[in-house]
Amino acid sequence: MDFDLFIHILVAAVAAGTPFVFAALGELVTEKSGVLNLGVEGMMLVGAVSGFIVMAKTGSLLAAALCGMVAGGLMAGIFAVLTLTLMANQVASGLALTIFGVGLSAFMGLEYTSIGLPGVPEIHLPFLSDLPVVGQLFFSYNILVYCSLVLFGGVSWFLYKSKTGLLLRGVGESPKSAHALGYNVIGIRYLAVLFGGAMAGLGGTYLSVAYTPMWVEGMVAGRGWVSLALVVFATWRPARVMLGAYLFGAITIAQFHVQGFGVEIPAQLLSMLPYLATIVVLVFISRDQNIIRLNSPASLGITYHPDM
Amino acid sequence: MFVKIEPRPEPSKTMRYLSPLIAAFLMLVSGVILFTFLGKNPIAAFHAFFIEPVNDLYGIGELFIKAAPLMLIGTGLSIGFRAGIWNIGAEGQLAIGALFGGYIAIIFHNSTGFFVLPLMVLAGALGGCVWASIPAFLKTVFNANETLVTLMLNYVAILLLALLVHGPLKDPDGYGFPQSILFGDSAMLPILMEGTRLHLGVLLVLAGVVIGWIFLMKSFAGYQIQVAGLAQKAASYAGFQYKKLIWTGLLAGGVTAGIAGVFEIAGPIGQLLPSVSPGYGYAAIIVAFVGRLHPGGIILSSLLMALLYLGGESGQMNLDLPSAVTGVFQGLLLFYLLATDFLIYYRLRINARHREVI
Repeated sequence: MDFDLFIHILVAAVAAGTPFVFAALGELVTEKSGVLNLGVEGMMLVGAVSGFIVMAKTGSLLAAALCGMVAGGLMAGIFAVLTLTLMANQVASGLALTIFGVGLSAFMGLEYTSIGLPGVPEIHLPFLSDLPVVGQLFFSYNILVYCSLVLFGGVSWFLYKSKTGLLLRGVGESPKSAHALGYNVIGIRYLAVLFGGAMAGLGGTYLSVAYTPMWVEGMVAGRGWVSLALVVFATWRPARVMLGAYLFGAITIAQFHVQGFGVEIPAQLLSMLPYLATIVVLVFISRDQNIIRLNSPASLGITYHPDM
Repeated sequence: MFVKIEPRPEPSKTMRYLSPLIAAFLMLVSGVILFTFLGKNPIAAFHAFFIEPVNDLYGIGELFIKAAPLMLIGTGLSIGFRAGIWNIGAEGQLAIGALFGGYIAIIFHNSTGFFVLPLMVLAGALGGCVWASIPAFLKTVFNANETLVTLMLNYVAILLLALLVHGPLKDPDGYGFPQSILFGDSAMLPILMEGTRLHLGVLLVLAGVVIGWIFLMKSFAGYQIQVAGLAQKAASYAGFQYKKLIWTGLLAGGVTAGIAGVFEIAGPIGQLLPSVSPGYGYAAIIVAFVGRLHPGGIILSSLLMALLYLGGESGQMNLDLPSAVTGVFQGLLLFYLLATDFLIYYRLRINARHREVI
């Protein structure tokens, strides 16, 4: 394969993988606190449409990103009230959140379906961006991609180097012990869930504002679900989340490149690839139950309330 | 004021049956608020959404046509949900069922034999089973999470149906449109009542719900599922094989979704299209929960959900309300149900003046 094309594919894989980075790192923090939120797809959709509307109205990327985060956070807030305060089943509540998000985003975006946005320009650094190979590989993205890298650094530091992160992981392993030590388990879980929602919302905004600058009903197209699978694939570790996200980014764009090589494969068959790959990856990682058991937060998905 | 949550000594039976009604009521109230917010006269909007679609015989027929797939799939899913098997792949299982059944209709489209329709239903059931057996196999052998696998397979199934309808199953005389030939009469469900589109499938679905009820409440396998759902450890101590339950739970959803897919193409649609369901597979999840995972409740909740579909269409035609409102209502209904379910297990004690000293 010719080298330029290879670099080109890598760069495209990073751009395509960035929504997974946002959503999966957010979900990772949520799950580390012991809460399983299956509503990522719904939160991403509502984040995507909210960010898009704000971008179309104001033209400000900052406002769009903030609104996408707030919208995702609000969605996560509904989930948090249901599961943390009202102690509803987390799986059912997450499914409800996705179903609601699909409907709500379609409803909110009705008047925006045929509008195109100019997109977000790539950052051009003098000298650095002009370097051969390195410039293209590292200094050719839009600002949101760099934000996702900062997020990766932040989440890794927070979970493994900060005291609050240790506490959050403690809550995920044993909420009972954390409560006995005097920590506010429900409060910490609320924050973790809201953070997850905000990041899913930002991932959605990236999709609708930067990656494909337009709004189409259901445009997240299962990326929220893939992000959930990525967290399992990464065995709850941020660095592996990044690896998985870019791998899936590459699979998502494979369909455009395979046809570029002159291979005649129906479009639908290629579109199946990311979903089939997710299943394969899930099977691969789940086949040893011990890997999952040792790495997943011990209280994941189990309702806990100190008063009960 | 001091509000204290306290667990009830035992779950409240009254609240168990009342909470879906409270949820439906709250959804209607939210609807009225939403309509007002959209600048519509709330009473007119309410009428257009919830009354207009069912104020004549034709409308009632449509209600049952839309409710039929929901109640059939809802019953199948409830069997899995009771055992703690989260099959959210009914949308894909429905598409594959329609694909299998539709293939039979296409190859026998010159035949007038009465065997075509039963064969289609069998093929549809098989198709749904094939699709549901993938997550069952992957879960029992590789421990892969069935929620994610079934969801991924929805996308794959819908793409597969689209691929075949765009390709080999396309009507050669269809001017290139992605659709199959129109089915022959022998492949169509007979209409039950003049002046409606009510078809035989609706009756068969009701029979299916009864079978589901008998399975769940009277059979030993149904009993095992109920026990497993309540206490998985107890079930394994009693020697119930969890793997068998996984297969049963997933296949129940697969069979019902597959048959529902055939009823759609052999009923209201009459051919294979790239998309054969307006999200019935997802809506049936809500139907199952709002119906308390009980066949009787599922019949009622499927009628409510069907009304939401019809209301969405009617609101769009009469009041220029976006049909996406349906999805919002469906989601709200499930939220309210999950929230009010809290009151089954807990009660709020409000002490305005004094706090009890224990």
